[in-house]
Amino acid sequence: MNAYPSWKYLLIVVVILVGLVYSLPNLYPEDPVVQIAHSVTDEVDEDTRMQIRAILEGRGVDIKAEEFDGSQMMLRFDSTDDQMRAADILRNALTDNHSVGLNLAPATPDWLRAINARPMSLGLDLRGGVHFLMEVDMDAVGDNVAERYTSEFRTVLRDERIRYLAVERDGSAVEVRFEDPASRDEARDLLRREYRGDLDFSTRQSGEVHILTASISDDQLEAQRRLALQQNITTLRNRVDELGVAEPVIQQQGENRIVVQLPGVQDTARAKEILGATATLEFRLVDESNDPYEAERTGRVPANSRLYHERDGNPVLLQRRVMLTGDFINDATSGLAQDTGGAAVFINLDGQGARIFGRVTGENIGRLMGVVFIETTTDLVEQDGEMVRQVSRSEEVINVARIQDQLGRRFQITGLDSTREAHNLALLLRAGALAAPMSIVEERTVGPSLGQDNIERGFNSVVIGFVLVLIFMALYYRAFGLVANVALALNLVLIVAILSMLQATLTLPGIAGIVLTVGMAVDANVLIFERIREELRNGNSPQASIQAGYARALSTIADANITTLIASVVLFMFGTGPIKGFAITLSIGILVSMFTALMVTRAIINLTYGRQRRLKTLSI
Amino acid sequence: MMKLNFANANINFLGQRRIALTLSAILLVVSILLLVFRGLNFGIDFTGGTLIEVGYPDAVVLEEVRDQLEAGGFDRATVQNFGTSRDVLIRLAPREGEESAELSEEVLQVLRSGGPEGVDLRRVEFVGPQVGDELREQGGLAMLYALIGILIYVALRFEWRFSLGAVAALIHDVVITLGIFSLLWLEFDLSVLAAMLAVIGYSLNDTIVAYDRIRENFRRLRKDAVEKVMNKSVNQILSRTIITSLTTLLVLVCLFLLGGAVIQNFALALIIGVLVGTYSSIYVAAALALVLGVDRTVMLPVKKEGEELDDRP
Repeated sequence: MNAYPSWKYLLIVVVILVGLVYSLPNLYPEDPVVQIAHSVTDEVDEDTRMQIRAILEGRGVDIKAEEFDGSQMMLRFDSTDDQMRAADILRNALTDNHSVGLNLAPATPDWLRAINARPMSLGLDLRGGVHFLMEVDMDAVGDNVAERYTSEFRTVLRDERIRYLAVERDGSAVEVRFEDPASRDEARDLLRREYRGDLDFSTRQSGEVHILTASISDDQLEAQRRLALQQNITTLRNRVDELGVAEPVIQQQGENRIVVQLPGVQDTARAKEILGATATLEFRLVDESNDPYEAERTGRVPANSRLYHERDGNPVLLQRRVMLTGDFINDATSGLAQDTGGAAVFINLDGQGARIFGRVTGENIGRLMGVVFIETTTDLVEQDGEMVRQVSRSEEVINVARIQDQLGRRFQITGLDSTREAHNLALLLRAGALAAPMSIVEERTVGPSLGQDNIERGFNSVVIGFVLVLIFMALYYRAFGLVANVALALNLVLIVAILSMLQATLTLPGIAGIVLTVGMAVDANVLIFERIREELRNGNSPQASIQAGYARALSTIADANITTLIASVVLFMFGTGPIKGFAITLSIGILVSMFTALMVTRAIINLTYGRQRRLKTLSI
Repeated sequence: MMKLNFANANINFLGQRRIALTLSAILLVVSILLLVFRGLNFGIDFTGGTLIEVGYPDAVVLEEVRDQLEAGGFDRATVQNFGTSRDVLIRLAPREGEESAELSEEVLQVLRSGGPEGVDLRRVEFVGPQVGDELREQGGLAMLYALIGILIYVALRFEWRFSLGAVAALIHDVVITLGIFSLLWLEFDLSVLAAMLAVIGYSLNDTIVAYDRIRENFRRLRKDAVEKVMNKSVNQILSRTIITSLTTLLVLVCLFLLGGAVIQNFALALIIGVLVGTYSSIYVAAALALVLGVDRTVMLPVKKEGEELDDRP
């Protein structure tokens, strides 16, 4: 007799039910949505929501449904055309602080959402979007840190009244020159106390000059690099939020790389511009006691000044000492200047920044102040057959103005060429600066039309291949073939359910993995059925043949599946992006097929034939 | 009733092992020579560079696209149709003194400014040369680790000679599939690499099934000669080998024909791999084990699996 204990039947029924429920959300279509967020208050207020409704109604765009989760407003539309139109209208109508993002939102019913049943998310290749792999320039991190120490040393030495000749950065080390060994040693002891553990000091003499070299310790450099990477990730996240992309992926990969995935983004040029840019501002006093034209002509720049150029090419001498950097800016919006009507950025400082800026501008009323616009771009350039990273840093003075009054928390900057430039600068200031420059080392963009194609084709090939296999099995193994088909269908449902539960991302290679599992899941049943046929041919009774067929095929199936599983786990560990997707579905498929092909088919066969004592033939 | 009649098949596969092994050796040598002297047509995943797929509303003449690109300064672009005559694939090798990530934008501008209306950007892939090198290295490592993992597992479950035989059969399948890719100059990209790893899994599946049956028969048919037992085993599982290959191929052919151009090479790699794998599991795997000197004495009795997992009759 062939029978399962009742707990096995129960287990199978429960698994099937859970599988069906959790795969269900994938049947509901996705609505095109527009998401509106406020970048400063993090809440789209009631008035704005009313205003948005009124604007769209006025322009004749139908809103299918509206949701508000306490911070973001989400509008559902019937078609992508409506969605695009609405987004364009809102981008123009709303103020700078609002980000308007396009997305697709599943129309999952509430009862499914309540048990956390959500559809699997679609990969970039299926829905369209951009994938960037960005590499952080780690050499620049050391340089930046040394640059920071350089200016700190000046302040510390000046405050302690230790006389020095010069403080200069040399790679990722700082060199301080002194006239006499006494002040050098005094400086060394002071700095060593001040920067305990972070810096290694050494001294040497070169002619009449006594030099103190401070190099950053390896531990410190390592820590700074980790920090820089983290800050870059944070900054990228802020910038992506500003771009209004929903469900972005921003992750560290390896030691110095960051993966950025922006589903649904179509304007890749702008995405690149914003992600890779390192634009910030610096405020410096103008050196009014020297002539910038002469400095440019002779190339002799006064020790405490640096030579800059304005956008129209005129030279300006600015003091080396920075009054304030862009790091203290906590909000910036773009708009039109009240007086001139030109493009302007309205700056809002944080508490510390406001205190510093208030003090330094208060002390220097009546003097000229220059605003420096710093932009760093990193290019991969071929040089002598090798690709090298070339960092170009442009520093321009966009504005020179007399300090009329003590400046406080809020003020405006003018001098930018266009509103677009002002808009981008405001965005970059809001999102914070990158701690180190980055360059794009890999890019994959999939347009939305290709995504749609991929999904249709992938779906069709799965369905047709699946149906062909079903027909073949039913013809070749008859009743047992039908049982295998039930298992195969269940296999598909369970794979979808598990992928949905894991919230895994379905990609085109993932679909290929599913297709492959469909082909291979049959294998277990083929093995069992062939074995049962063999046992029957050897003259065994049908019941005994079923028993022996399953028992004997088990070790073969286990061995075969475990080895394939080893291969797919290795794939998962070493693969990136698309390969990972393939490995995940393949692994899940193998595990699920063991359950369906062994337990489920056996349960059905037991229920059908198991109690027939006088069973003479099997339909196999 | 539809039944392929393998039930009483008694083909002397191992008797033909000289022919089979010679054929395999020739195929292997030719494949290796191809791989060494001709190499693989690596896609931009491994070489670095930029790939742009654009869609036109109507069929487009490639010559015009080429001229347009040349006029725009992209003289090193290769242009070809992709899937349909409306889709065009443009490949650019990394160009000197230019930022690669910006290329796609420029190409699109050139195409939009001079060509027919409605050029649609369908896909851009840019891979920096350094990333390409790394992907190649990682791919090779993934293969290597998969092989080592399998070697260990099979050695534990069976015996080292089987393990060696299984891995040799694997390498046989992968190298010949790669050889065919080299011969036909098909593009080898990340998805094909994934397919190669799937081929490893598949080929192994077949080999394990064969070895499993050989092991079982060694224990049951104590009187028969080694070669006879092996032959009998391969014949017993012949119908399973063919049915499984058939169903897998059925699905793969669907994928190849309907899955779209992006997935075509992936499907093709698997189709070739499954065909070669089926051949090797019938003709090569057992023959290799025999040549390596497997006999009854190396099959130590292992406890029977499965009994405790199943219920009483």
